[in-house]
Amino acid sequence: MGLEDLNHNFLTGRIEDLVKWARRNSVWPATFGLACCAIEMMATGAAHFDLARFGMEVFRASPRQADLMIVAGRVSQKMAPVLRQVYDQMMEPKWVISMGVCASSGGMFNNYAIVQGVDQVVPVDVYAPGCPPGPETLMHAILTLHELIRTGEITRRRRATGVGAGVSTERRVAVATPR
Amino acid sequence: MTEPDPELPAEEDVPAPPALLHGAPVTASRGQTVVHADPSSYLDVVRALYDDGYGMCVDLCGVDRLLAPAVDLPAGVEPGRFEVVVNLVSIDDRRRVRLRVQVPEVDARVPTLFELHPGTEAMEREVYDFFGIVFDGHPDLSRILMPDDWEGHPLRKDYAVGRIPVQFKGTPPPR
Amino acid sequence: MTDVATPTRPATGLAALRNPDAVLRAPHLPEDVDRQPTDDDTMIVNMGPQHPSTHGVLRVMLELRGEAVLRAKPVIGYLHTGMEKTGEDLTYLQGPTNVTRMDYLAPLFNELVFSLATEQLLGADVPPRATWIRMLMCELNRISSHSLWMATNGMDLGALSMMIYGIRERESVLAFFEKVTGLRMNHNYIRPGGVAADLPAGWRDDVLRIIDAYPARLADYDRLLTGQPIWHQRTEGIGYITAEECIALGVTGPILRSTGVPWDLRRDSPYLAYEEVEFAVVTGTYGDTFDRYAIRLNEIRESIGIVRQILDKLPKGDYRVQDKKVTPPPRGRIDESMEALIHHFKIFTEGFKVPEGEVYVAVESPRGELGCYLVSDGSAKPYRIHMRAPSFVNLQALPHMMTGGLIADAVAVISTLDPVMGEVDR
Repeated sequence: MGLEDLNHNFLTGRIEDLVKWARRNSVWPATFGLACCAIEMMATGAAHFDLARFGMEVFRASPRQADLMIVAGRVSQKMAPVLRQVYDQMMEPKWVISMGVCASSGGMFNNYAIVQGVDQVVPVDVYAPGCPPGPETLMHAILTLHELIRTGEITRRRRATGVGAGVSTERRVAVATPR
Repeated sequence: MTEPDPELPAEEDVPAPPALLHGAPVTASRGQTVVHADPSSYLDVVRALYDDGYGMCVDLCGVDRLLAPAVDLPAGVEPGRFEVVVNLVSIDDRRRVRLRVQVPEVDARVPTLFELHPGTEAMEREVYDFFGIVFDGHPDLSRILMPDDWEGHPLRKDYAVGRIPVQFKGTPPPR
Repeated sequence: MTDVATPTRPATGLAALRNPDAVLRAPHLPEDVDRQPTDDDTMIVNMGPQHPSTHGVLRVMLELRGEAVLRAKPVIGYLHTGMEKTGEDLTYLQGPTNVTRMDYLAPLFNELVFSLATEQLLGADVPPRATWIRMLMCELNRISSHSLWMATNGMDLGALSMMIYGIRERESVLAFFEKVTGLRMNHNYIRPGGVAADLPAGWRDDVLRIIDAYPARLADYDRLLTGQPIWHQRTEGIGYITAEECIALGVTGPILRSTGVPWDLRRDSPYLAYEEVEFAVVTGTYGDTFDRYAIRLNEIRESIGIVRQILDKLPKGDYRVQDKKVTPPPRGRIDESMEALIHHFKIFTEGFKVPEGEVYVAVESPRGELGCYLVSDGSAKPYRIHMRAPSFVNLQALPHMMTGGLIADAVAVISTLDPVMGEVDR
């Protein structure tokens, strides 16, 4: 999207790096805490494990103002349409971290009520395992995402396939093309 | 049947409950008083217990007895497919009592406790959602935890858990 | 303290509870409520399920006239996990793993009530040391839960720094939990028969470090919040409820105690060893949000006092019941004894069988009466497990507390009810 289409010369290359640096250093998460993982997400944003040093302590309630959706917790059948609606309302470029095993794969709740992995509903960029993942794991997932943004790998994949980026290609599910 | 556990209190140590309480037979379960009522006398028994001082209904839930019919019922009480279990508390006397109502499979209806204990509104909706038992007189008997257009009643024993196959995970449970 | 503000809702008493029109219910909503406005001058506005102040995935439909809330309807089920159905597929040893995720702010209480119910069905005698360890962990969990409540409540009402302070306090308790149980949350530590492992060396110093730091900080937060006139204006008279309404709705915990009824299961139907420790049951007078804030703050202080007594009185002994059929053997013995290996295998694959019967056990969680109704059919898995979640029942008070207030007060009401959606939806 955007800058990558320009014919590359030295100047646009520098601007592209600047844009990627800016995007990486001010990823604003949307509040999508659902269950126990939400508490660990709050703990990651609080004083002991500070997310502010990554520029991310501002949890935006409105998806229009958010870049990153950390799906923190188990997604029930009733919540799945809400999840998709909030994801659709976010502006590009947007990323999704699936926090916890319930969001990544349904976790220990392999039953009628829980969506077995949010990648059935939204495209996921980074999966953070744990039940709940400790703040260090979540920060590692966030830093992995920052690395993906820094190298431009995420946007490169999106342009190539037209689908939301996923870290593992086998589990790619056909979802609506992001606007 | 398992052999009797030597660590349970002996029969003589547990005080015998009265045989009938407001016309409903009474048993004891691990030291807790259990009153058995049928759907027609259920509301009267709860009302009588309310007058006795059991002013708070702390819990109302359902049980599907399809795979394990109740064996601890007193004489004269026919087991039904479902059970509605009500837990009442008397705050002034610090006592608890439990009520078990046998509900048949066909025409599973019981009267609502909403007039007496307004707090049962959400609990009865949950029982309806999960078991399909209808509560007559409830102000708004709709699904509460499942989506409104869900079909089926998930906590019934003939409703599958709904698990998806996972590689290397063991076979489904025997039940 | 100055005179309390007039409650924003006239006390309409029990008649309002039974009036079907007093609460916004599904029959009152127009058919396409999401599309067409209603004809009169009221508006039905949706709050949640994704919302920064709804304490999780709670959806509240508010019927508004301007900014005043006429009626409200909480819609739940957005976190329904089918835990009661899953619980029927797990053995009694795996059970705490499942139920601990219901009330995820006070996970040890879920495990405790499940284990107590299982032990009552088994007829097992839990050794005293295990009982006291359970009490210690549960009271520390109450402290961490109330600290987090103060954090989120402060944040909801605008005292953003309270969020950071409250979570900081909670971190000190979680570090201790991680040392003892291996996990910061959802510990699976209290199991039928006792606890999973003994307390590690040096635990006494760790606990003392936690509770010695608390009183001074609590005094700071007291001054930060209670000393502010804005705090008083935002909490006094808001979310008013009477004792009769609470009892009729089945509401327990700090909400019931804020109306003046001193009902605390640790005192009124004691479990574990609460008869042997001294603590006060904190009650309020006016039944409003400020009272509940004061109650939870003082309950932290009472719990600190209980923890100090436990430090003195904790007995030595086994940390789980020594019944080979129920408790897995120590790992070292598996190498030496064939019988231990067989018991280990049977307990972890098939599980231990629990005699037939049904029982209801209740404990006092930070939110109210947390109960477990357990039905066993004699096999190794529960036939039916139902958790009486305090937040599920307390949420029924939400419409009655919100009526007559403003939208900003709606946030205060949700916060003061302290709902944890994991246990509401299970």
